[in-house]
Amino acid sequence: MKFASAFLILIALAAASMFVGVSDVTLASLSAGDGKTWLILLDSRIPRTLALIFAGAGMAVSGTIMQMLAQNRFVEPSTAGTVESAGLGILLVMLVAPGLPVYARMLVATFFAIAGTALFLAILRQIPLRSALMVPLVGIMLGGVISAVTTFLAYRFDLLQSMGAWTTGDFSAVLRGRYELLWLSMSLTVAAYFAADRFTVMGMGEAFSSNLGINYRRVVMLGLVIVAMVTACVVVSVGMVPFVGLIVPNVVSMALGDRLRRSLPWVAMFGAGLVLACDIIGRSVIAPFEIPVGTVLGAIGSAFFLYLVLRRNSRAA
Amino acid sequence: MIRIEQAIKRYGQTCVVDGVTLTLPAGGVTSIVGPNGAGKSTLLAMISRLLGMDGGAISVGGLDVTKTPGDVLARRLSILRQDNSLTARLTVRDLVAFGRYPHSKGRMTDDDARRIEEALAYLDLKPLADRFLDELSGGLRQRAFVAMVLCQDTEYMMFDEPLNNLDIKHAVTMMRLLRRAADELGKTVVVVLHDINFASCHSDRIVAMQDGRVLCQGTPQEIVRPDVLEAIYGTSFVVQEIGGKRIATYFE
Repeated sequence: MKFASAFLILIALAAASMFVGVSDVTLASLSAGDGKTWLILLDSRIPRTLALIFAGAGMAVSGTIMQMLAQNRFVEPSTAGTVESAGLGILLVMLVAPGLPVYARMLVATFFAIAGTALFLAILRQIPLRSALMVPLVGIMLGGVISAVTTFLAYRFDLLQSMGAWTTGDFSAVLRGRYELLWLSMSLTVAAYFAADRFTVMGMGEAFSSNLGINYRRVVMLGLVIVAMVTACVVVSVGMVPFVGLIVPNVVSMALGDRLRRSLPWVAMFGAGLVLACDIIGRSVIAPFEIPVGTVLGAIGSAFFLYLVLRRNSRAA
Repeated sequence: MIRIEQAIKRYGQTCVVDGVTLTLPAGGVTSIVGPNGAGKSTLLAMISRLLGMDGGAISVGGLDVTKTPGDVLARRLSILRQDNSLTARLTVRDLVAFGRYPHSKGRMTDDDARRIEEALAYLDLKPLADRFLDELSGGLRQRAFVAMVLCQDTEYMMFDEPLNNLDIKHAVTMMRLLRRAADELGKTVVVVLHDINFASCHSDRIVAMQDGRVLCQGTPQEIVRPDVLEAIYGTSFVVQEIGGKRIATYFE
């Protein structure tokens, strides 16, 4: 079974992630019952690995839903203003109510992410789209405007340093007690699967959806809420994880198509595997230091984005 | 039966559909013809609840299209438009299977699976069933969408300019297919057409629209006449009877 072997690879990556890091965690020291090793495993390595899996799966599935929402293959939460809006929300919480618990911060970020993404979709409806590439450009510009506001505010209130926490995805600070929000993100990712058919139909457009008796607006709203909430959870807990939502849905779509009921489990698994692998790379190349996973993904992701754009154009011509 | 009473659609100051009152009996093929901007597609979109109305009432098979829940209507009427998005990369079989969604809500039964295979066979799509839509030619893709609508198995089937982008052979095949759907499967087919001769050869009724109103309606014998066509399209026609069908030419 292909799915089973892919799952085994994911398990292997997860296992590898347990043993890569500054402190030595080995099977020998674990079986010897070394208290310090177990502490590192339970408080740092397992939370980090789970966080990587949840964030990767969540962002990949969000990317897929986002692409069906915008009916465009080049969008994902970080090219649609979603991530930047969530960031603005987090900053405003820091300014106005710095004492809010993490869940409340996430809710505010979600609210901003929904508003930002809805604004993106509204702009798309307003402008004539001559090319599929216009869509991510609009999203990136909108994101740029929103993050300019965020940066300005952060600059004025001396919070630029804290901004780094959500602009670059970094899992090195993940510890038990500081990533649990991602369980919520993972539950939403799983929940998205139950609407898989409706999301596929949504990707075929409003008239197509209405013909099949599906309430288009309601499905769009559901997709928007899931994408925004997953993004907000990820951004609040580990920072922006770019490009996963772009690369993974496209690769899976090329191989399997977009009947999401079939492809979403692959998307989730591939997303988790990619983020895990990139984080292991980031942890290994300049050990004992780390390159944030966002940077590794940015390098791989932008190259892939170019490939995708060039390939599309050559086929369209 | 489709009942349209005083249907109105406005965009700003312009009235695209201007108080259309029309009754189409169940069964058979009805073609809606008329010049560009006559309101044909708008009317079809309103009949199939894709577009809201600014006034009037439309019922299909006794169901008010503005009040009946979408999923109930989806089992009674289907609409195929010409501009179908291909964002979701589906195989032909996936697409056709979505035709069963209004009935099964995603839980396919054996009966659904059988109907999907039937629809594929009906349109000779079996050999292509596992190909992706974006890999097919426009004509084959159109056929796949028609297979989906057939699979949806509704009493009323609407098609908005189904012949667009089809070459002659595929256009003829498409019209024969709509004819068969009406004759063999007892469907009520409503189709917006640009080509008056396709309408003349394949439909039981022709409804001619102009400036958002129904100008006239009747059998092909009644509509495909030089004086009537000239009134509809504003150009002169020569009509000849060839093999029992009335054919209009307008090239000189």
